[in-house]
Amino acid sequence: MKKLIANREIDVNEEGYLIDFSQWNREIGEGIASNCDIEMTDKHWEVIEYLQDKHLKEEALSIRGIKKSGVINIKEFYALFPKGPLKTSTLIAGIPKPKSCI
Amino acid sequence: MSTKVKKMLFILSKGTIENAYAAFVMANGARMEGIESEIFFTFFGLEAIQKKKLEHLHVATVGNPAMNIPTMLGGLPGVEALATKMMKKEMEKLDMPPVGEFLEILSDSGCKLWGCKLAIDMFHLKEEDLIDELDGILTIGDFYNRADQEGTHLLFI
Repeated sequence: MKKLIANREIDVNEEGYLIDFSQWNREIGEGIASNCDIEMTDKHWEVIEYLQDKHLKEEALSIRGIKKSGVINIKEFYALFPKGPLKTSTLIAGIPKPKSCI
Repeated sequence: MSTKVKKMLFILSKGTIENAYAAFVMANGARMEGIESEIFFTFFGLEAIQKKKLEHLHVATVGNPAMNIPTMLGGLPGVEALATKMMKKEMEKLDMPPVGEFLEILSDSGCKLWGCKLAIDMFHLKEEDLIDELDGILTIGDFYNRADQEGTHLLFI
């Protein structure tokens, strides 16, 4: 389905995740973040870039991976994206929601 | 009244690796969904928060029909250790952290970890025997009082 984000029509799935990453840009990310009541800072973007990089390399995302990332620790990750950090951050990053239980 | 789960409280009473991981995966899964979670370790569940024991939890090979090995074989020396080793290998493939690291992840994720006062007294454990991430020692009554909001659920493992 289509959703209007940052004044652009974007293809998303029923949970709001982008279907086509090529439609993503920072404005889109910003738009999704404000819908989640998150004000983006440099640290937020650093995490988003890390997640996108992992996605492009087709590496699975997990909370353990975040711990080992060297970009951010788990406490900070929860502080930046309080309501389900991996779920919210991947939504903003325009990449699929991770399927792992861990 | 909302039916949405807002807080999950777990009581871990067993010291086998599969039960500890069940509690950990569910507690972590809750935090990942933005749901609060807490674990109360009691009786043999205390094995999972004792510094010297937590990396040595075993899977039960005796009295566990789902293991599909005859009970008498399961009781032979080394079988439990072997089955545990194999299980840990499979878990590592799925990027499941070892017990100690999992507890760190849970604590950093905001999951509260509590020890049961009665069981700690019974096993004569001291605070220094227990992991540094422990948030405190509670009675079961104290733990019930942590169910302080609508949408709280409690699970006994």
